[in-house]
Amino acid sequence: MENHRKTIVAIRNLTKAYRRGAQAVPVLENITLDIAEGEFLALMGPSGSGKSTLLNIIAGIDKADEGSVTVGGLDISLLSEAELARWRAINVGFIFQFYNLIPVLTAFENVELPLLLTALSRKERRNHVETALAVVNLLDRREHYPSQLSGGEQQRVAIARAVITDPTIIVADEPTGDLDRVSAEDVLGLMARLNKEFGKTIIMVTHDPRAAEKAHTVEHLEKGVLNHVHA
Amino acid sequence: MFMLKLIARNAFRHKLRALLTITGVAVAILAFGLLRTLVGLWYLGVESSSASRLITRNAISLVFFLPISYKDKIRHVPGVKIVSYGSWFGGIYIDEKNFFASFSVEPASYLQLYPEFVLPPDQQQAFIRDRKGAVVGRPLAERFGWKIGDTVILKGTIYPGEWAFTVRGIFHGGHKNVDERQFFFHWDYVNETIKKTVPRRADLTGFYMIGLTNPDQAATVAVAIDGLFKNSLAETLTETERAFQMGFVSMTEAIITAIEIVSYMVILIIMVVVANTMAMTARERIAEYATLKTMGFGARHIAGIIWGESLALSLAGGGIGIMLTFPAARWVESALSQFFPFFHVSAHTVYLDLAAAAIVGTVAAIFPTWRGATIRIAEGLRRIA
Repeated sequence: MENHRKTIVAIRNLTKAYRRGAQAVPVLENITLDIAEGEFLALMGPSGSGKSTLLNIIAGIDKADEGSVTVGGLDISLLSEAELARWRAINVGFIFQFYNLIPVLTAFENVELPLLLTALSRKERRNHVETALAVVNLLDRREHYPSQLSGGEQQRVAIARAVITDPTIIVADEPTGDLDRVSAEDVLGLMARLNKEFGKTIIMVTHDPRAAEKAHTVEHLEKGVLNHVHA
Repeated sequence: MFMLKLIARNAFRHKLRALLTITGVAVAILAFGLLRTLVGLWYLGVESSSASRLITRNAISLVFFLPISYKDKIRHVPGVKIVSYGSWFGGIYIDEKNFFASFSVEPASYLQLYPEFVLPPDQQQAFIRDRKGAVVGRPLAERFGWKIGDTVILKGTIYPGEWAFTVRGIFHGGHKNVDERQFFFHWDYVNETIKKTVPRRADLTGFYMIGLTNPDQAATVAVAIDGLFKNSLAETLTETERAFQMGFVSMTEAIITAIEIVSYMVILIIMVVVANTMAMTARERIAEYATLKTMGFGARHIAGIIWGESLALSLAGGGIGIMLTFPAARWVESALSQFFPFFHVSAHTVYLDLAAAAIVGTVAAIFPTWRGATIRIAEGLRRIA
């Protein structure tokens, strides 16, 4: 069934190395990967295997040395920084390990933030934010600041922020890495729901095998090389 | 609106840091404002001087006098409309700390030549008629509680003895630059007294004040007057009132330059302090800027947030500094009236203060703005922990 779905992310012969002085340290080597629309993919691997770098390249916040990354039919490796910024605003929702909420903004304002780059009116933005907060079951905490929320609640606000613009893909870098087990289950359940009920394509980097269990597909990276393992 | 809210909340995120930064800027702007006011005072006499008046003094120095007999000769120089004369008296009222400027003048011609000293006609006549009469500026009269008819006794420093005057008029300035803290009385009163006590110092005056029929002829008239007294025992130097006042300013030019340098140094120091604050702030928030960038916010947005915060802190401090400048100036005026009888903060100084605060905020934000706007997202996100 998955094979019939449209490919939303197509990575071809992707190579990336970091430079330390004159020395080039390879991070990703000749990665080729297709991710289908509506997929929930987990990227696993030991520290330094290149999984976060691969995620960053897919999300358009880092660039490969060689190869191409096509998201929704657009080769993002050809875009300039400014074009990438505009592309990210529309096509990518981010979920971070440490939530990355702006401390001086309320939950509502944090979720509203990505909508400021759209042409939506204030009223439309409010409706969108309320819907997103309702999805993550935090509408009653809308006026709370991040410091007044638990880790799990903050991550749910971050998830609401990630989906608020209805992006093409959601990228999550260790979304449960800073959470206790109960909160992690809660967040993973929410991500699974977004994938199942709303058809969101999710690409998640994780160390946690329990988190990876929620994914349809698990890809392993070892020293920058991809090993395909389907869940 | 959202961004303004974010800037305002960011500015006061660390309340103690924000408070200290704002206090620093406020103190710097207060100091800058007071120093600029001081510099402005130096030029006040120049600004209030008239282009249609000349001053003739002894060519050697102001401390040397001129014979009163020059008056009629000067009056006959073509282009001269009116001649008045006077001397610096340097009297002390009760105590030296009560210092104010006191001059002996020829009343009728002086009041005609200086219409900016505004007196009601009856007071003018009373002053001209009474040889021991004096006129004082309103703030000076208010300061010492003098009323018309009161007797004021000055102790002479240049002219020894105690000198009693009767207040016959209280004037006010015709425009804002007029020094209203002066005391004028009859040159004749001093001269006649001196004739009895120190006759060799009689019939001399400190300077002549000359009104012109046409201000464009100032240079020609000045040359003609000085030509009259060339090779005499008391050669003259005639110059426009502005040049005369500038002469006083130039005598103390080194002090003015030093004050100006100090005023700019104060701004430079606070600029470094605010820049340090903003650099610390931006470094702490690099991950937030990176997060905003992931969402699609560009360098322009990040730069606006940092610059806005820096400007908000500087302008808040600047505003407080400006508000404090006025009571501080009033305090200087009352506590140090013998040195600064006229210490008013001008609108020009307020604009300079505002500009200085804006420049501090802008310059202090340059490096943090550049850093925040150009940070690579992946690198910025790594700073989260």
